[in-house]
Amino acid sequence: MKKFIGAVSAAVLQPEARLIEREPYYEPIGDEIALFEAAYASQIPLLLKGPTGCGKTRFMEYIAWKLQRPLITVSCHDDLTASDLVGRYLITNNETVWIDGPLAHAVRIGGICYLDEIVEARKDTTVVIHPLADDRRVLPMEKHGELLRAPKEFVLAMSYNPGYQSVLKELKQSTRQRFIAIEFNYPSDALETRIVITESGLDLANTARLLKLAHMTRNLKGNGLDEGASTRLLVHAAKLMRRGIAPRAACRGAIAEALTDDAEMLRAIDELASSIF
Amino acid sequence: MQPADPRLTMPDQAPFTEIELGGKLDALLNPVLSSRRTVAPLAHALAPLDRVLQEYALYWVEVIARTNYEMAYQFAAAAPDALRQLDASAAEAWIIQAMDRYDRDGLHHGSEVFKHHSDFVTRAGSEHAIGYEEAARVIEHFICGLSERRMKIDTAPVVWTDTNTLYLPPRIAVGTSRAQNFLLYKIIATLLWAQSRYGTFNADLEAAVQKHADPARALEWLNYLETVRLEARIARVLPGLARDMETWREPPRSGDLRGERLAMLHAPGASVHDSITLLDTLPLTESAPRRAWMGLLRPADAAVARAERLALEKSALQAALAALLNEQMQSTQTPPDGSQEGNTESTAGFEAKALTTPDGEAEVQLTLGGKPITAPDLVRNLLDSIVHDVGEIPADYLTPADATVTGQYDDAAETVAPEENLLYYDEWDHQRRHYRKQWCALRELDVPPGDNAFVEATLKKYAPQVTQLRRSFELLRGEDRLLKRVRHGDDIDLDAVIAAYADMRSGSEFTDRLFIKRHKAERNLAVMFMVDMSGSTKGWINEAEREALVLLSEALEILGDRYAIYGFSGMTRKRCEIFRVKRFDEPYASAVQQRIAGIAPQDYTRMGVAIRHLTALLEQVDARTKLLITLSDGKPDDYSDNYRGEYGIEDTRQALLEAHRAGIKPFCITIDREARDYLPHMYGAVNWTLVDDVARLPLKVADIYRRLTT
Repeated sequence: MKKFIGAVSAAVLQPEARLIEREPYYEPIGDEIALFEAAYASQIPLLLKGPTGCGKTRFMEYIAWKLQRPLITVSCHDDLTASDLVGRYLITNNETVWIDGPLAHAVRIGGICYLDEIVEARKDTTVVIHPLADDRRVLPMEKHGELLRAPKEFVLAMSYNPGYQSVLKELKQSTRQRFIAIEFNYPSDALETRIVITESGLDLANTARLLKLAHMTRNLKGNGLDEGASTRLLVHAAKLMRRGIAPRAACRGAIAEALTDDAEMLRAIDELASSIF
Repeated sequence: MQPADPRLTMPDQAPFTEIELGGKLDALLNPVLSSRRTVAPLAHALAPLDRVLQEYALYWVEVIARTNYEMAYQFAAAAPDALRQLDASAAEAWIIQAMDRYDRDGLHHGSEVFKHHSDFVTRAGSEHAIGYEEAARVIEHFICGLSERRMKIDTAPVVWTDTNTLYLPPRIAVGTSRAQNFLLYKIIATLLWAQSRYGTFNADLEAAVQKHADPARALEWLNYLETVRLEARIARVLPGLARDMETWREPPRSGDLRGERLAMLHAPGASVHDSITLLDTLPLTESAPRRAWMGLLRPADAAVARAERLALEKSALQAALAALLNEQMQSTQTPPDGSQEGNTESTAGFEAKALTTPDGEAEVQLTLGGKPITAPDLVRNLLDSIVHDVGEIPADYLTPADATVTGQYDDAAETVAPEENLLYYDEWDHQRRHYRKQWCALRELDVPPGDNAFVEATLKKYAPQVTQLRRSFELLRGEDRLLKRVRHGDDIDLDAVIAAYADMRSGSEFTDRLFIKRHKAERNLAVMFMVDMSGSTKGWINEAEREALVLLSEALEILGDRYAIYGFSGMTRKRCEIFRVKRFDEPYASAVQQRIAGIAPQDYTRMGVAIRHLTALLEQVDARTKLLITLSDGKPDDYSDNYRGEYGIEDTRQALLEAHRAGIKPFCITIDREARDYLPHMYGAVNWTLVDDVARLPLKVADIYRRLTT
């Protein structure tokens, strides 16, 4: 087959190779790093709380880099079964072969298993992590007849957005009370400015305006918006602007349209953006 | 259907004569006529108009007369002049504004609007006019985004703000395009917001203007100076908007102040005191310059609103600080015996410094015992709001409240004290083709518990059917099903593997469908039952309703669907009532059973407001499918005001459309044999069903529900 011009191939990473080599850019917003280090030393798992786009995943990457352990991220969804996490038998070459799931794999290699948006997983699935999350630190693999004891390097972490007002998406007490919780929130103005500038390279004046817009959308939270603009969205808008997109268009594409589909709300955010820029 | 707006039709007919008009008006306005007040002058004034305008006037006289005859008379008196000057949309805005005022503030204010129709007269380009309704939602979101403090927006003939509510014009038509008119709305709203945000009322304006010989003119000038100051502020905070404002700026006139005199108002930290200082140096010989977006200052009204808000915020802040202090003490583990002492000691500990950032914005830093602390959002918002009003945080605001009053803080935090939990809902007036704002006052009540034995008796009465009912609903329940022979699954399907091996040996293809998958068919469904508790259900209908609810609850408990039951009734728009029988989060236990037994006929059937309230409740529930099922015995109806008939049907239909828009599926079960005449119009062709034998209602309802949800 003829290759088209500029064909590229995505990097394929083996779990062992999911080491983060370059230091990810991370600005601590509080004492979360110290808290994590103490929890790590005491082998207590970690629960990251906070709205979307305020640095939970980046924090995980940062500590994975710091510890130099592979980071295995599982994005949870409502079809995620226990065997998706633990492992299952597959048939290859007329044989049944046990294949570890990501959680079992992380335990085996002493990596960091990060369960993103844990509330999205089915309730019975979250129970699988219970023996791993208390002082037993074991993962029973019933089908395989094994009991994996986690090495001290293994870290279990999960994230959770308490902002969901859904009755269905609450974390069970028996699950949440096994973790040390770290709350993430929108960073302070000075910090957020620094983050946006570092990530995007945008100038200070425009960044300050972007932040102003972010505050306005955060004022609208609960009054038509489910969430205000996260730091991630600001970085997106800033990156667009850095590439020469007009501020209004950048804000519309990166912030307004990402926040809502409501025509009037879109218009209102547009008007706010055009008032600022 | 609504009567067609005669202005849209074009009858090619001769105008009515004065006598014809007199006859029609006499019939329409009879109750407010007397020997001294006849329709003759009205008819005389209307006679020269075109037939189209005459029909238009008569149409609205008729519509308004259904609300109030005196208003209709006032309209008829003002109409000839007004209709000559106003175009179609302006005339409608004029009428609707008058009726809104009447609804809200009574006859006097309503007829004032009719008298001042010249406010609605617009210059050229009025085809680009924008009514507030068109811009409302965008402007409301816009202001909500701008301000940390929640602000209400309303329309009024005069543009002003009391710092809680922004009063915008009902219609803007001075621009040469729709975009320009919208922009003007945006600018007016922003300036009013800025008055409150940047402290126009933080000084005693009343006293400041009284010093001058002509206080009215002084106030006019002060308004102008404040506008200049706030424009400069806006230019710094919202440069984009300021640029847009430039396109509106008129060329300077002789009366305008020179730049150097205004320079002090352009300074980043300029406050209302600077405006007052400048005012004292002006000669005030001419009237002050105007801008397209300038409203009026009403210092007295604003001072009242501001004082009320500050009092509320002060108590809320003190209570919140007390809570904060408590928290701080607990975290630093002050010994419990020292807490009493510690409380009085550390009261001096809270300090708030208002820092001014380079662009003139204020930032509050809260410290406790000299150490900065991060305040919770609530405290931060209160501090910000107070700083905007006062310019600093006065020391007495920072005294934490006594622990004894801490409990009151939640109520105080609500800026508007609810009147005995009354909720207000809009109502649709099909003749005006507009909502009547905040028209119905609704109260949620509990049904008084009824006879304990009722549920038992019902279950006994229907014992054979109940068994059958349970069985049919059990079948419906989403059990875990095992899907066999699938490509991906939780476990190996051993049968499939063996078969596949056999297949392979025999030379055919090895299938990849080797897994078992556990599949749960979840019924993600929430249903709200809205039960007619009007007086007309008295007797066996009421009993059938209650029995139906008992059987239904039995069935739903088996099914595991989330459900709630509310009754509705009321008398007039001022006393609409919703009766709680079962909330969504309440178990079907004896309390609920007693309330079902206690459902008793009340008054009338004002359906629209009930649907709106229950829709709001249902919206809070998270479910893929949401149902609103009404058990009804007849048409919407209410005492005295004209809810009966078309008005009620149209309002109910509108409320159902709103529910539909919120993703709720309405359905109606009725026992009214005439339902065919009106229910399809309200609920749609298929979303209702008639149970013509009341005795069968109890069993039918569960059956209908089963059909509806499978």
